[in-house]
Amino acid sequence: MLFLFLVFCLTVALGTILCSSSGSISGLASAVARLQEQSGVESPVTAVLLNFRGYDTLLEVMVLLLAVISVWSLTKAPVSRQKAEISPVQMGVVRLLAPVMCLVAAYLVWQGSHLAGGAFQGGAILGAAGVLLLVSELDWIRTVPAFAIRIGLILGPVVFTGTALGCLFYSGELLAYPEGMAGWLILLIETACALSIGLTLALLFGGGRPEDDVPEGDIP
Amino acid sequence: MTYSILTLFDIILVLTLLWLGWQLLSSEDIFKAVILFISFGLLMALAWVRMRAPDVALAEAALGAGLTGPLFLSALRRMNRTRKGERRLDSDENREGDEGKSSEQSQAL
Amino acid sequence: MITTLLYSLTGLILFAMGLFTLIIHSHPLRKILAVNVMATGIFLILVATAYIPLGQGEVDPVPHAMVLTGIVVSVSVTALALIMACRVQETSNLAILKGKKKVKNTQETET
Repeated sequence: MLFLFLVFCLTVALGTILCSSSGSISGLASAVARLQEQSGVESPVTAVLLNFRGYDTLLEVMVLLLAVISVWSLTKAPVSRQKAEISPVQMGVVRLLAPVMCLVAAYLVWQGSHLAGGAFQGGAILGAAGVLLLVSELDWIRTVPAFAIRIGLILGPVVFTGTALGCLFYSGELLAYPEGMAGWLILLIETACALSIGLTLALLFGGGRPEDDVPEGDIP
Repeated sequence: MTYSILTLFDIILVLTLLWLGWQLLSSEDIFKAVILFISFGLLMALAWVRMRAPDVALAEAALGAGLTGPLFLSALRRMNRTRKGERRLDSDENREGDEGKSSEQSQAL
Repeated sequence: MITTLLYSLTGLILFAMGLFTLIIHSHPLRKILAVNVMATGIFLILVATAYIPLGQGEVDPVPHAMVLTGIVVSVSVTALALIMACRVQETSNLAILKGKKKVKNTQETET
């Protein structure tokens, strides 16, 4: 039970730090509010995420791509030889819900500029729709061409990096949007990233690289 | 410090979160722990809304319940299937389950 | 003020519970669950320190953006960790991965 005692001491120490410092917390809310009009969007969180701290978001999209590459390098996606018996209730629900989820995701990406929303929320809903489709084992899922999957995966990172490099050539700094174009560029980046994030999350659920025509040597 | 009815809501939510967190970490069945984790994610979405963070609430509700839960369930199934290291991770001859399950059924008969 | 303190302490206790479970239990899925709970606790501390009650001003959006990034990164790390755990299970055939609750340095107990 030494671990319990050590964890308890750590908790007490951190708790006293939290209690003692909670009176003097100042935030960046006023700074963000001051620069809100220049950022091109009306939602403060989106402005912070894609304009003031756009670098973090760029690297985060790369982290997602890296996770998919790592998962694909480890194993193949499980393929079942028997066809599952999907109940008609589930098929009806999937046929009803999947298009609605895509619509909600698109609306969330659009809403991100003035209310709560954005690329990650829309991408998460798209990923959940992908999970639903994968679980229901529709026939056309396995026939999506590998080329399309790979293009969809890199679309978000490429658009984001391309925009960042374009801003570098235009105004000398990465992700320094030109005046007046910030809103439209953010919308472009968010759309591409939402598609990519949705596909990435669904492929992470798929659990491995899909079956391809290319023969692989000794890779398990 | 000003107290209001929201403080009562806060206390109930916090206690539920802590109790749910302890139950999911200390439950003996991993399947039950994963299901409790999904509900924990949904309660966290409620906490994010309380903290005036709707963006985080949307992301947590969609990712915590809709993605991490199925990831855990899928991994749990794959681990139970390859339990003895005999079957490969990516093949699935027999959907109806594991040797453990079929032996339980044969014991029940 | 009290809301901030309350939720910060909740996040801290969640972090501590997750840390304890991470150290004690040996099943990989339980460890990954514990890491997720730790991450949730940290996010709660971050957002709780940015909280300003309704009517007294706008909340600080920078921790919200950090937590959003953190949630997405933690989901992808969880996915990778789960695939790695399945791979370890397949290639090593260790007895502790049978789903029994085992505490380190004690006898293996049947659940």
